[in-house]
Amino acid sequence: MLGSQEHILSKIASNDGHGENSAFFDGWKAYDADPYHPTKNPNGVIQMGLAENQLSFDLVEEWVRNNPKASICTAEGASQFKDIAIFQDYHGLPEFRNAVARFMEKVRGDRVRFDPARIVMSGGATGAQETLTFCLADPGEALLVPTPYYPANDRDLTWRTGVELVPVICDSSNGFRMTRDALEAAYKAALESNTAVKGLLLNNPSNPLGTVLDREALSMALSFTNEKNIHLICDEIYSATVFAEPGFVSIAEVLAESPDANPDLVHIVYSLSKDLGFPGFRVGILYSYNDAVVCCARKMSSFGLVSTQTQRTLASMLADEEFTQEFLAQSAARLGARRAALCQGLAQMGVGSLEGSAGLYCWMDLRRLLKAATFEAEAELWRVIVDDARINVSPGASFHCAEPGWFRVCFANMDEETMRVALSRISKLVVQRKSGEAARKQCRRRSKLEISLSFRRLEEIMMSPHSPMTSPLVRTMT
Amino acid sequence: MTISKKAACNSHGQDSSYFLGWEEYEKNPFHESTNPNGIIQMGLAENQLSFDLLESWLAANPDAASFKRDGQSIFRELALFQDYHGLPIFKNALAQFMAEIRGNKVQFDPNNLVLTAGATSANETLIFCLADPGDAFLLPTPYYPGFDRDLKWRTGVKIVPIQCTSRNGFRITSSAVEEAYKLAQKRNLKVKGVLITNPSNPLGITLSRKELNLLLNFVDKKGIHLISDEIYSGTVFDSAEFVSIMELLPNRNNPQLMNRVHVVYSLSKDLGLPGFRVGSIFSNDRLVVAAATKMSSFGLISSQTQYLLSAILSDHVFAKKYVAENRMRLRNRHAVLVSGLRRVGISCLESNSGLFCWVDMRHLLSSDSLEAEMELWKKVVYDVGLNISPGSSCHCAEHGWFRVCFANMTEDTLDLAIRRIKSFVDSISPIKNCRNSRSKSISKWVSRLSFHDRECDR
Repeated sequence: MLGSQEHILSKIASNDGHGENSAFFDGWKAYDADPYHPTKNPNGVIQMGLAENQLSFDLVEEWVRNNPKASICTAEGASQFKDIAIFQDYHGLPEFRNAVARFMEKVRGDRVRFDPARIVMSGGATGAQETLTFCLADPGEALLVPTPYYPANDRDLTWRTGVELVPVICDSSNGFRMTRDALEAAYKAALESNTAVKGLLLNNPSNPLGTVLDREALSMALSFTNEKNIHLICDEIYSATVFAEPGFVSIAEVLAESPDANPDLVHIVYSLSKDLGFPGFRVGILYSYNDAVVCCARKMSSFGLVSTQTQRTLASMLADEEFTQEFLAQSAARLGARRAALCQGLAQMGVGSLEGSAGLYCWMDLRRLLKAATFEAEAELWRVIVDDARINVSPGASFHCAEPGWFRVCFANMDEETMRVALSRISKLVVQRKSGEAARKQCRRRSKLEISLSFRRLEEIMMSPHSPMTSPLVRTMT
Repeated sequence: MTISKKAACNSHGQDSSYFLGWEEYEKNPFHESTNPNGIIQMGLAENQLSFDLLESWLAANPDAASFKRDGQSIFRELALFQDYHGLPIFKNALAQFMAEIRGNKVQFDPNNLVLTAGATSANETLIFCLADPGDAFLLPTPYYPGFDRDLKWRTGVKIVPIQCTSRNGFRITSSAVEEAYKLAQKRNLKVKGVLITNPSNPLGITLSRKELNLLLNFVDKKGIHLISDEIYSGTVFDSAEFVSIMELLPNRNNPQLMNRVHVVYSLSKDLGLPGFRVGSIFSNDRLVVAAATKMSSFGLISSQTQYLLSAILSDHVFAKKYVAENRMRLRNRHAVLVSGLRRVGISCLESNSGLFCWVDMRHLLSSDSLEAEMELWKKVVYDVGLNISPGSSCHCAEHGWFRVCFANMTEDTLDLAIRRIKSFVDSISPIKNCRNSRSKSISKWVSRLSFHDRECDR
């Protein structure tokens, strides 16, 4: 079987580089098999593993209703249909690029300017990350990435590019902050294994930590990369999810303040999937200060351009500065309030989380509930959370975290009531765990679950790691 | 320094003449009123003939088009929908549309369809799935210039040409295929498959059953893949003449072969919607579907667009009507160009599909060489004011052929283009007939055409 597989498919298509065979997805499968619903399925699995921003759609929907001209399908906008439908220039609609540049400036409090000519489209941030990697590194070369990091980096940066990721270890001893020592250690390790390092990828605000990098950290990263003459990529996809002090500082600002830094080494990845909550529209943005990279990335963008229908809608929306101002303020406030509710609820049951001011999730500390300070124990605890508490959260191991016991918990993809239910389930679990009752119960459950999960693995239907198959659109339309 | 080899190299192919002609057009684009002496774009294979049909559908179906279902807004669900399996209603509608175009002689299981951001992404993704860096695919020449980028650039896969010539109307022969395979072996390249475009770009012809069967026999014998890019399938003037590769498979009763034949499709040509980035891969092999689906993460179709198109294509009455009407308009427009060219002594390859003609200008070359073809091309771009695509940019084995598009302009503009060609041919016909003064006259033309200090006086 393996032999004929190798014959039919390429190595890339046959290997695990897509990352979807990770146990990480078992939680998703459990959710898909039994999704929570307040009335129809109150004992189902609550999805807290999906970093989506669903808190401010009402604002967007109102804007869409009031601006029919933004759609090329309405009576008001249809005169534009033909021009929009035939436009396939990979520079993108000028009004789209301008609006995106302006929006990015606004998110950064107008402290920096973005040149629309440097804005390159891509198939989501997923596409932007891969494209940038293709532009900056050759197969066998490496990028440094601080841990814990977004799991799909493995797929996006390495799968088809042949580039490797070298982790920069961060741990809780200093709140998971990235240190110069850690960077140097990672760089040295790569050199020792004869691997050429081409760049450093930062995620600011951080997924999964929910923290922001301050000016000092960004300057340190900038000087480190300049010294080594390697690239600095900043994924700022969560930039508008910052809801509290310390506020967001973009690499763009630090670069503007560093006349000695080499701009040819600096690149920003962005998307509208998190800040606006539009993952379905596939709006990825690559912004580079390096002309050759802009040029090359633009040619590569042919492989993942943004639909002009979407460019048109968003160009209108983002150009409406009254709307964007209101949206950014409201969204941040709602995210802040929701996170506070989650963290306070956790604190009340003695569960801590890393202090953070951004993101759609918090980094929950369950080290005290581990049977041992090992990743096996973390996996065991995770199974209990999924099977007993019926909540899908993401274990730290899936983020390559160096210490066991941390879990990412998302809070912006549900309503308040669901979160209250989730909190009460966690509370029960914590109590049970502490009293040791859970240990016996989960032994019985796990053997049942292992059988059913392994059965599911044999199924040919692969679940998407993105949106679950139980999206209302799929349910009603299949 | 510090960027990758891919970024530094030229294999994106965009320095080829195909794209340079575009650049010249961009500098001086024709416009009926504001720039009537500008360059007419005939290098762009776009279908602009049937937008009115889509526009009137939209006007008649406001709810379907504006993110509403049963009067309720579904904006939010669409905005959140990023499942790489695609919107089921869209895949179903697309599968049915593809079947409709093939006269329902083939059915496509939506579960075997992978959605991608355009055929550009579909082709690249398939190559990533089927070949390793350094492997090769065989392609009949002439072929779409974009393949050099789409199939080779980031994948590291090579293209080895299957040479086709005008001796037999550019048809694919067994010997040409075998020769290409041998050439690949000589270069130490492992051949992973054959990729055909059917109907052909730039030829505008549908592949015959004979050609399709010989290709199937070949890939069967070698145990390799066959990719059929059927992006122009809806542009066949007479639907009865199109045979999709998928039609020929059931009779062969060969499941292994069936698993190695894959179809690429897109709505950019048939529906004229290149901006929407709608492409797809169809494969009977679930492993290929699974791998391609995962890769489609790098270029999914906007959910907003999937929804709009599912509404349009699910209207089967409309879809059927559109396909028939669109075909007829393309056929008529094609006839205008062919007859216009014939009147000035220029013939085209007899064709039955596509958005372009494959035009024979060999008799206008000063010599049978690439230089002469480029010389003629520059004349046509700068003196005649038409951007057409030289055969060399399509890797044609013979000099003097040009691809000329007809579906991306009004009929008036096409008439003007034909008049310009007539003036051009009339002005140089003395040269054609007079051997003695030939070199003198040619050099007079050539000296006016220095590429770098050309002043665009049109």
